[in-house]
Amino acid sequence: MPLVKNGRITTDLFVHVADGAELPGDGAVLISAARFLEDPEAILKRAGKTGVIWPNNRAVDDLVPYLDRLAAVALLFPTFRDGRAYSQARLLRERHGYDGELRATGQVLRDQFVFMSRAGFDAFEVKKDADADAFAETMKRYSVFYQPTGDGRVTALNRRMQLRHSESAGQ
Amino acid sequence: MYAYDELDRTLINERVSEFRDQVKRRLSGELTEDEFKMLRLQNGVYLQLHAYMFRVAIPYGTLSSKQLRRLAYIARRYDRGYGHFTTRQNIQFNWIKLAELPDALAELAEVGIHAMQTSGNNMRNVTSDQWAGVAPGEVEDPRIWSEILRQHTTLHPEFSFLPRKFKIAITASEHDRAAIKIHDIGLRLHKNADGETGFEVLVGGGLGRTPFIAKTIKPFVAGRDILSYVEAILRVYNQYGRRDNIYKARIKILVHELGIEKFAREVDEEWRQMGHSALTLDHSVIEEVRSRFSYPAYEKLPHMPDELKQAAHDPLFERWRKNSVAPHKVQGYSIVTLSLKPVGGPPGDATADQMDAIADLADKYSFGEIRVGHEQNLALPHVAKRDLPQLWKALDRLGLATPNVNLVTDIIACPGLDYCSLANARSIPIAQELTRRFANHDTADMIGRLHINISGCINACGHHHVGHIGILGVEKNGEEFYQITIGGRADENAQMGALIGPAVPYAEVADVIEDIVEAYLALRDRPEELFVDTVKRLGVEPFKERVYATR
Amino acid sequence: MTSPLEQKKIRITGPSVVTANRTWDGAVVYRTAQQGWSTALSDAAIVSTSDDARALLAESAADDVGAVGAYIAPVELNGGLVKPGNLREHIRSKGLTIDLLPA
Repeated sequence: MPLVKNGRITTDLFVHVADGAELPGDGAVLISAARFLEDPEAILKRAGKTGVIWPNNRAVDDLVPYLDRLAAVALLFPTFRDGRAYSQARLLRERHGYDGELRATGQVLRDQFVFMSRAGFDAFEVKKDADADAFAETMKRYSVFYQPTGDGRVTALNRRMQLRHSESAGQ
Repeated sequence: MYAYDELDRTLINERVSEFRDQVKRRLSGELTEDEFKMLRLQNGVYLQLHAYMFRVAIPYGTLSSKQLRRLAYIARRYDRGYGHFTTRQNIQFNWIKLAELPDALAELAEVGIHAMQTSGNNMRNVTSDQWAGVAPGEVEDPRIWSEILRQHTTLHPEFSFLPRKFKIAITASEHDRAAIKIHDIGLRLHKNADGETGFEVLVGGGLGRTPFIAKTIKPFVAGRDILSYVEAILRVYNQYGRRDNIYKARIKILVHELGIEKFAREVDEEWRQMGHSALTLDHSVIEEVRSRFSYPAYEKLPHMPDELKQAAHDPLFERWRKNSVAPHKVQGYSIVTLSLKPVGGPPGDATADQMDAIADLADKYSFGEIRVGHEQNLALPHVAKRDLPQLWKALDRLGLATPNVNLVTDIIACPGLDYCSLANARSIPIAQELTRRFANHDTADMIGRLHINISGCINACGHHHVGHIGILGVEKNGEEFYQITIGGRADENAQMGALIGPAVPYAEVADVIEDIVEAYLALRDRPEELFVDTVKRLGVEPFKERVYATR
Repeated sequence: MTSPLEQKKIRITGPSVVTANRTWDGAVVYRTAQQGWSTALSDAAIVSTSDDARALLAESAADDVGAVGAYIAPVELNGGLVKPGNLREHIRSKGLTIDLLPA
């Protein structure tokens, strides 16, 4: 499954480690929330980077105390129709100031890339190769956005207000 | 009218291009139906019994004559020459081809019309009072807020995959014509004690298999805070709404299961944490949106022009005027309702020719503006009273002057089993038969205000629960049967109707309804007592006795 | 789309066909014995056992590009004529039961 990060298909530096499997001494790992929460401090003391796969039916509040020490948070889309992770993503980014990798995982498809990016995702485990290939092109689909989110894109309302100010300044 | 600017137009065109690409991938097999279904629904495309159905948004029910002509053109070019206006200020085309849809959308986009979020589990077309901006006594034009919400809800990055669909309606009048109490969020504009404009926010209303009347979650939210408050409600719903059972996924179930107090606390906590955010609307932003609504340059006209005095001698004109013409906030003008409920016709349908003719009449008599109401009728919102006689003649020729607005034959009906893949029974032929039974306008006048609502299945698109008389089609052993309720209403005193007795077969429905109406005429204590008030006073029993005594 | 699990439960009680809507235009179509689709009910492959119905449905559902939402529908056989087996299928096959224009 290709990983798209910073707009490009890249090698996944994180190793998915299953719950029963032994954690490697170093290197970046991606582990389940349950495993992480058993002993977060011990895991964070490891030499490698830590990423946590967070379920979409659990409030992100439990993860908040560790955010500044996590290198990645992966949020789940069991199907693309289940949109709970969009709220989790915005809360992590916009309320809790998380600035590490925010990864979308599960049924991640082309037609949700823009929504995911706007909600704060910057890494995508894309289900289909063709969708991963089309990432850059798909991200260019929209140039107008109505809602203010933490992604920094200027909203239509703001653009209009700017236009209005420049018009009145010119008079 | 709201004037789209370059940004609005760009976004709609970008959506058309995206959908064109999605259709292309579907037809090439790159997307399976399972993957494509939600994508097409997000753009108003259903698959019905005979064909794809295409639902186009008419935000807050306002159309320009140019837009209506384009809808007529779409009906002719891509469909079978007619369209169906729905209870949520949309228009549906029943015979559209998927392969041609991107072209149809592109042609609609040229006049600022789209189909975004007219279905799917997202925030649907924001609806409002069809008399918004012209009704006397309104707090202010609710369409300003409808448009702010329309923009905010369009392609929302967090709430496009909700547990289930989500509908918002707004009213600014004491008399609720937008049925806000049967919406997921209902907003009632009003002023608080300090004279500040804001909203009473209601939540958790809806019909379907588990009907609920919306409850007030907050009596007053200031206008500047409405986006953040709505966002707080949606965030709670998105995270906690049920996704395990499609029938329990609407916000009404979450509100019911948590209780309104607990749900309100969750929303308040979320809202508090959001704090002052980019969603807070400052005055200049609200004014920016307001400034893009244009209003007609009304003339100073007499309250009672000579043309109207003369026409009053014609009893047919007078009958229509009394029935279909409503007071306007500006002296000398009226709001005219165009009945899409001709005797024997499918409720809410209009032909392409009618749409074109209505567009012409709107240009001539209503500053080029048309409104669509949830009762599936149209309205011309700014007609000079002196023009009423001429307009009436023109409408009469088009079959759009049936003087039955709000009367027994002004029936709300879903498409039913004739079109819909979810339906269990037919709706339209029941409505047609009822309009024939009550075709005599004197009788209908004598009966007075009476809303009959018909749904072909429990999903309740025909709003049967809130009809003064509600008719629900069910299937029993492969036959069509109909459950009948009485006493429902959709206005500011909204409530669900009560079942009157066992379901009756297709062939008996019209007889039963006639019996109910006869029972009412015998039971009402004076001619002014409306059907729904008689039911309220006496309950279901006396009706039941009369209707079922001989059955 | 009917899942394989649901297909296992399928039991038919009389002659049946598989019907769906054509993907590109939505038209009502019937699965033929030649593994294609036809807009004419008279061209439909008729099955009379649950096993045959399941097999026909599985084959039809696999053609997701050709048609959407395949399912088994009852028919009545009258001499050589095939007729829809219920009101819904009658409407799908013959069209609306109503007059479009007021009368």
